[in-house]
Amino acid sequence: MELELTEEQSLLGETIDGLLGKRYDAATRLALLSSQQGWSRDLWRQYAELGLLGLTVAEEYGGAGMGIAELAVVMESFGKALVLEPFLSTVVLGAGLITAAGSAQQRQELLPKIAAGEALVAFGYTERGSRWSLSDIACQAEPDGDQEGGTEGGTEGGTVRLRGEKIAVLGGDSAGYLIVTARTGDGHVGLFLAEAADPGITVRRYAMQDGLRGADLVFDGAAAVPLGPAETALATVESVFDTALAALCAEAVGAMERMLWLTVDYLKARVQFGQPIATFQVLQHRAADMYVSLEQARSSALVARLAVAEAAGGHPAGAGDTARLRRTVRAAKLQVDGAARHIGQEAIQLHGGIGMTMEYAVGHYFRRTSVIAKTIADTDLLTEQVGADGGLY
Amino acid sequence: MDFALSAEDRAFAERLRAFFTTEIPAGIRERLARGEDATREDIVTSQRILNANKLAVPNWPVEWGGQDWTPVQRHLWSEEMALAHVPGPLVFNTAMIGPVIATFGSQEIKERFLPATANLDIWWAQGFSEPNAGSDLASLRTTAVRDGDEYVVNGQKTWTTLAQYADWIFCLVRTDPTAQKQRGISMLLIDLRSPGVTVRPIELIDGGREVNEVFFDNVRVPADQLVGEENRGWTFAKFLLGNERTSNAGLGIIKTRISRLKRLSGPLLDEQPLLRARLARLEAETMALEMSVLRTLARESSLPKGQPDPGSSVLKLRGSQLQQDASELLVDVLGPEALPYRDTAADLPEGAADAMPRYFNWRKATIYAGSSEVQRSIIAKSILSF
Repeated sequence: MELELTEEQSLLGETIDGLLGKRYDAATRLALLSSQQGWSRDLWRQYAELGLLGLTVAEEYGGAGMGIAELAVVMESFGKALVLEPFLSTVVLGAGLITAAGSAQQRQELLPKIAAGEALVAFGYTERGSRWSLSDIACQAEPDGDQEGGTEGGTEGGTVRLRGEKIAVLGGDSAGYLIVTARTGDGHVGLFLAEAADPGITVRRYAMQDGLRGADLVFDGAAAVPLGPAETALATVESVFDTALAALCAEAVGAMERMLWLTVDYLKARVQFGQPIATFQVLQHRAADMYVSLEQARSSALVARLAVAEAAGGHPAGAGDTARLRRTVRAAKLQVDGAARHIGQEAIQLHGGIGMTMEYAVGHYFRRTSVIAKTIADTDLLTEQVGADGGLY
Repeated sequence: MDFALSAEDRAFAERLRAFFTTEIPAGIRERLARGEDATREDIVTSQRILNANKLAVPNWPVEWGGQDWTPVQRHLWSEEMALAHVPGPLVFNTAMIGPVIATFGSQEIKERFLPATANLDIWWAQGFSEPNAGSDLASLRTTAVRDGDEYVVNGQKTWTTLAQYADWIFCLVRTDPTAQKQRGISMLLIDLRSPGVTVRPIELIDGGREVNEVFFDNVRVPADQLVGEENRGWTFAKFLLGNERTSNAGLGIIKTRISRLKRLSGPLLDEQPLLRARLARLEAETMALEMSVLRTLARESSLPKGQPDPGSSVLKLRGSQLQQDASELLVDVLGPEALPYRDTAADLPEGAADAMPRYFNWRKATIYAGSSEVQRSIIAKSILSF
């Protein structure tokens, strides 16, 4: 069993924790939150130097060629420090989609830039009213009228014009490259790559509820090129989402661990009725339940990354096996979200008023895990996906 | 979750599965698969087959019939047995008194009891709890007073599971009333046919009588049936309770209940999204528990034998809740068919007669073997350092 981290993987975690311990103290993070950029370009360069931005990018494109295990290590550390930089959007989703769907030329052009910290990518897939559906979308990819000999549907490599809107696009505030889902002339949902500087794109920047930056994107005839064939685009997205969900599980576990220990330490320090409130059994038992949730979530995050590794490098025996591994990842995320909800709500409650303040850290962790539970899918959708086709056991 | 196991462990599990499904009589396994309780005879038959194949006491020292297995292999053994609906070897024999005797008993006591214990020639009962010693076990009052070559035992044990089938009982008794409460306790092996022993069944809310009260009225016990030294019983009790780090999770129980309720639900699962949702959440939490078990096993190799792992409190706490959730869900799957009481009607469909009693009965899971509240206190103290 390879349940424990290898020495190299542990070292990776320690290195990142060391960097973030120095560079991500509460005051620095609060300042970043209210800065115009919302995150640190300087740290982004350091991530690049550490090899984090090319962590999962193949070596031939300037990356480290690592897998989900290393990615999970990074994400857990990021969760502990509540990192604000657009790592999920650029590295996990952006580089993930380009690797999975991009042509050799697109990979060659973009992946080395991502690994070097020179390109930021965002993935827009949600629209007003689409909720979590990838296919219930209105965004259109129209054949480019200016282009002679545009192929049927306009998606076979030629330029298209995008029309429509994407909302809540994580990292959409600063990305130079935008990957979006759009419906093609022949009814497929395809993936398209556009440059944010295109005059046909309006970017409405804002901070999300957890402080991470995002944007609404309006496409009014923006030029874009297909990222892979439309026929397989949704399957590609689902597979990249599996990796992203496993990564989010790890990030949430990092955040939950901090919430638990912040709470335990607070209970020991806070004096009421002439004694530390940690002496009250009712509070001890609630903290113990938080610990149980954390351990279960840690187990789920481990299951998620093992399942993703199995699906990627392992030997899925056909479509049924792939579907089973997907249900496994979704089940892990479902469990993690429930555990994070429990730990987060209890962390605030056991802190009392101080837990409600922006000044104190615990609320920021709660904000982040609350948003993690609404990223890619929500609890209801995950529950539906886990229960489909006979469930897990 | 097979992907979390090595190829060798997977092959190991397959060999065991093949053995359990071919060597243990199908009649027994089918009865258990339908949700019926194993009879005394089922349990004895099964354990003797296992013992003849060195599969009854793998956790014992090799010289007494044990196997040199890894913690993961021992887990797979127990798991595959549950999934194949094989009545497990009697825990009082194989997981409790056997390891205590093998570790702390004299050579004479080992030779006298271990082979018979492994083969279930002796059926053991556990004499720990008393009416006023539950979670606070060390406050027990049953006394054993030395009188020549014998101890004279007086007092009462309770919640004694399957004592109606038992031949012998291992008891915690107070041998030094003046010592601090944990220090004056010894472990005695008592023949239940001794004069002065009375076993009285307790009817539980499910209508079953699996537990008993056991009364001792001037019962004379030969002094050579003391385990180890006098007044060291608490140490043995802690060893016994700390030895099982993962079995209290009840993973096999949860999984077989889930597959049973899926089987019995028929088209209901397709038709009822709310039921499907509750099952999905139960399965997701069970999957997490399964990995928590594997992680605990991975830690186990680095802990000395008998040293408790406070992390196993997580398994007991969450595992017992999930066992209860699974039994509750089965009641919902059966709907009104779960309502007739088991003795009142014949010809009920499978599961109908026992679903609700099982739900009632399984409230015990969060009470026995360290209640949920005791487990929370262990976590609070040992892990969170409150």
